[in-house]
Amino acid sequence: MLTAAAILTDGLVYAAYLFIVAVGLTLIFGVMKILNVTHGSFYAFGAYGAATAVGIYTNADWPSAAGFLLMILMAMGIGLIMGLILERGLLRLVYGKDEVVIVLVTYATFLILEDVVVLIWGAQSYAAYQPMIDAGSIEIGELVLSNYDIVLVAMAAAIAALAYWSLKYTRYGRLLTTVIYDRETAAAFGINVTLVYTVTFLIGAALGALGGALMAPKISVTLGIGVEVIVLAFAVVAIGGMGSIEGALVGALIVGICRAAAVHLVPQIELFVIYGVMALVLVARPYGLFVRARPRKI
Amino acid sequence: MQSRASLFGGLALLIAAAVAAPLLPEWVVSLSTIAFANALVVLGLVVLWRVGLVSFGQALYYCVGAYVVALTGRWIGFTDAIALVLLGGIIAGLVAAGIGFLLARYREIFFAMLSLALSMILYGVLVKTESLGSTDGFSIATPTFLGYAPHGKALGLTLYWLTLAVDAIAALLVGLYFRSVAGALAAPIRDNEIRVEFLGVSVSGIIHTKVVIAGILGGLGGALAAMSIGHVDPAMAYWTTSGGFVFVTVLAGSGYVAAAFIGSLVFEAVRSFAVDVMPQLWQMTLGSVLLLTILFLPEGLGSLVSRFRRRPAVKL
Amino acid sequence: MNADAKPILEVRDLEKTFGSLVAARDITVSVPAQQTVGVIGANGAGKTTFINMITGHLTPSKGSIRFEDQDITGKPSREITRLGISRSFQVAQIFPTLTVFENMCIAAAIARRKSGMFGSIATPVQSEAATAEAETAIALFQIGRYRDVTANALPQGVRKLLDIGMAVTGSPRLLLLDEPTSGISIEEKFDLMNVVMSALKTRAITVLFVEHDMEIVAQFADRVLAFYDGTVIADGTAHQTLDNPRVQELISGVRLKPAGTHA
Repeated sequence: MLTAAAILTDGLVYAAYLFIVAVGLTLIFGVMKILNVTHGSFYAFGAYGAATAVGIYTNADWPSAAGFLLMILMAMGIGLIMGLILERGLLRLVYGKDEVVIVLVTYATFLILEDVVVLIWGAQSYAAYQPMIDAGSIEIGELVLSNYDIVLVAMAAAIAALAYWSLKYTRYGRLLTTVIYDRETAAAFGINVTLVYTVTFLIGAALGALGGALMAPKISVTLGIGVEVIVLAFAVVAIGGMGSIEGALVGALIVGICRAAAVHLVPQIELFVIYGVMALVLVARPYGLFVRARPRKI
Repeated sequence: MQSRASLFGGLALLIAAAVAAPLLPEWVVSLSTIAFANALVVLGLVVLWRVGLVSFGQALYYCVGAYVVALTGRWIGFTDAIALVLLGGIIAGLVAAGIGFLLARYREIFFAMLSLALSMILYGVLVKTESLGSTDGFSIATPTFLGYAPHGKALGLTLYWLTLAVDAIAALLVGLYFRSVAGALAAPIRDNEIRVEFLGVSVSGIIHTKVVIAGILGGLGGALAAMSIGHVDPAMAYWTTSGGFVFVTVLAGSGYVAAAFIGSLVFEAVRSFAVDVMPQLWQMTLGSVLLLTILFLPEGLGSLVSRFRRRPAVKL
Repeated sequence: MNADAKPILEVRDLEKTFGSLVAARDITVSVPAQQTVGVIGANGAGKTTFINMITGHLTPSKGSIRFEDQDITGKPSREITRLGISRSFQVAQIFPTLTVFENMCIAAAIARRKSGMFGSIATPVQSEAATAEAETAIALFQIGRYRDVTANALPQGVRKLLDIGMAVTGSPRLLLLDEPTSGISIEEKFDLMNVVMSALKTRAITVLFVEHDMEIVAQFADRVLAFYDGTVIADGTAHQTLDNPRVQELISGVRLKPAGTHA
């Protein structure tokens, strides 16, 4: 019974983290049809930025809540700036090209940015545990839950709700949905697709960086975290369906709980259970759980 | 695309490379061996690239080939290099044949992602397998060649010549394949798959074949690389390994078979140079080269040659 | 025409339903060899369903199709292509990055490939037979001056001719043309059809073509089938069908007689 509860809570926390990271990726793919490998860099920069922020507010002796806010704002700021530079500076040049070519461009950029991290922050690891420690923990029966984790889950839920609500009920959200569905027709209706692209990329970048920032207190912020996270994000997005926010949510939950189950029950399969699930889902539903195949337009 | 001239040119270069080896320092020979081994994987990617598919999971077959060599040596004590290379290729080919039924139904990004997932499954399995050393991997027994058991410089040279030989045979066979109907259908399928179906051809069958060819080549490359490095580990199946191969494919372009080998050599040279001169920034160097290639030379190095001919070989 | 010869295509009681939607029903047609049959009818009347069942892309729910006295009902499309039935498309399906010559060569090479699982690998793509066939097809459809032009740069009419030419390189005995003149300007329609029909007559190919332009149908069809609501409502010579009052009411509208003639 305890194991089941542990699996559920661990799975939920892991799912929250995966969702925050994956939602930006799926948004960018849905709108721009770009599989953005650089998303891993947004995550890494967010994490490193958060580590820096933690360093700042710990030394300046701020209250934790303010520190946490600084962390988030800094990360999202970094994400926005990076996103802007990348989108306006580089992606703009390759928009017309083959989807796969654009993926390779983002992959090349990712490689470059991996070393930019080293240039800025050096090769050492950073610890940013302060927010986690400050938040403390609560006990529910025999389970000890970190308050930080609870906040994480709450934030993921908030982002999911916000995304869902804004896509359905705000003007901008509906524009986005139109572009996701059919870019050409949207442009024909006078929608400024270029602007939509830029804004979407910025949102995606900010979310990616936010994911990194939120995870920073839980991990060791070191080289290579972007590399690991990007494949995980891909797996979640592939399972849920590219471009689907609900898909990212469900995908994150599936991966999160499966992984938690593996860790507690069959540790040997922990690493590949995610990709196994991805392969299985793709076999049954090639475009993911929430996306239908679109008939070929002649 | 493979005229008589380019065939003889390739042969001449091959002989030059073989003859020059004893005169070169060991580290150059060793580097070249790995480059030429990796070139086989790249050749497989070229076969897929021509039909418009990019696999982000060729590391799967590379790793299979490598571990076939390593495990056969470890469990049975068999070390004949020629047999092991062939075995690596065959088993990787069988894996590809099985996976191919699934992969042949996909295109574009989804093909790339599924191939990625499958390679990461192997990675996950290997990392968690304690008996195989998990992330550390393990070293492999020194290869022998039909009874001949060289050491030191002689071993390096023999492996090098074996790799060149495998490369030459692979290049010839792939060249022949490109001249067959199946090989030549790459561009038409990329252009208009439905039309090809309506002409009576099973497109998924053709793509399945290409997946298998790429798999065999990946396995051959992995086997040779493993023997050259002397060590195998799960990272050989990691997605960044696949990424490296794709990188070289972009560099080489898909027009000429020879480009895969030259591109691979250039890549290894650039990588070694970068790691040596600026160890903290070698990824940035590689990334920049890749980016510049995509932006300014989208058809790869091979297109530099095509510019002297009638029309570019293949468009991106 | 030899009256004892078996019809090249025999369709009997053909029916196709998708769930509760009846796309085609009670179709019985017998086509003698080398006849040119026009197929008319509004969109959704069942013409394309009919064609797709013959080419094997749809399996009939009921009924049978016989080609050259062989039952082909429900056979996969690849097999039917090999047996001698080809089709062309309303929107010309060609290979845009290849030249006209390369397009034809590929089609000819495919038609000449060896059979069996490894047939495509065992056949070289360049052969004298394929090249000769490609050149012949280009000449037959009179697109020689576009021989080395990349297909995506071709004018619409030439694209259609290329599309049909590619279908012909496989030496089919029955060719189904889906709206061959759609997208072609009025001035060029007749020229296009003249080229197509003379080419097909040279090869003694039986033709079924779907058309919306009644003038074209009147000019080029020996026989016309009129589809309405999933079934054939008229079947006769071009004049008989086009002058049929039901056809005029439901499909074509009244044919205006040229000035100076009396009803």
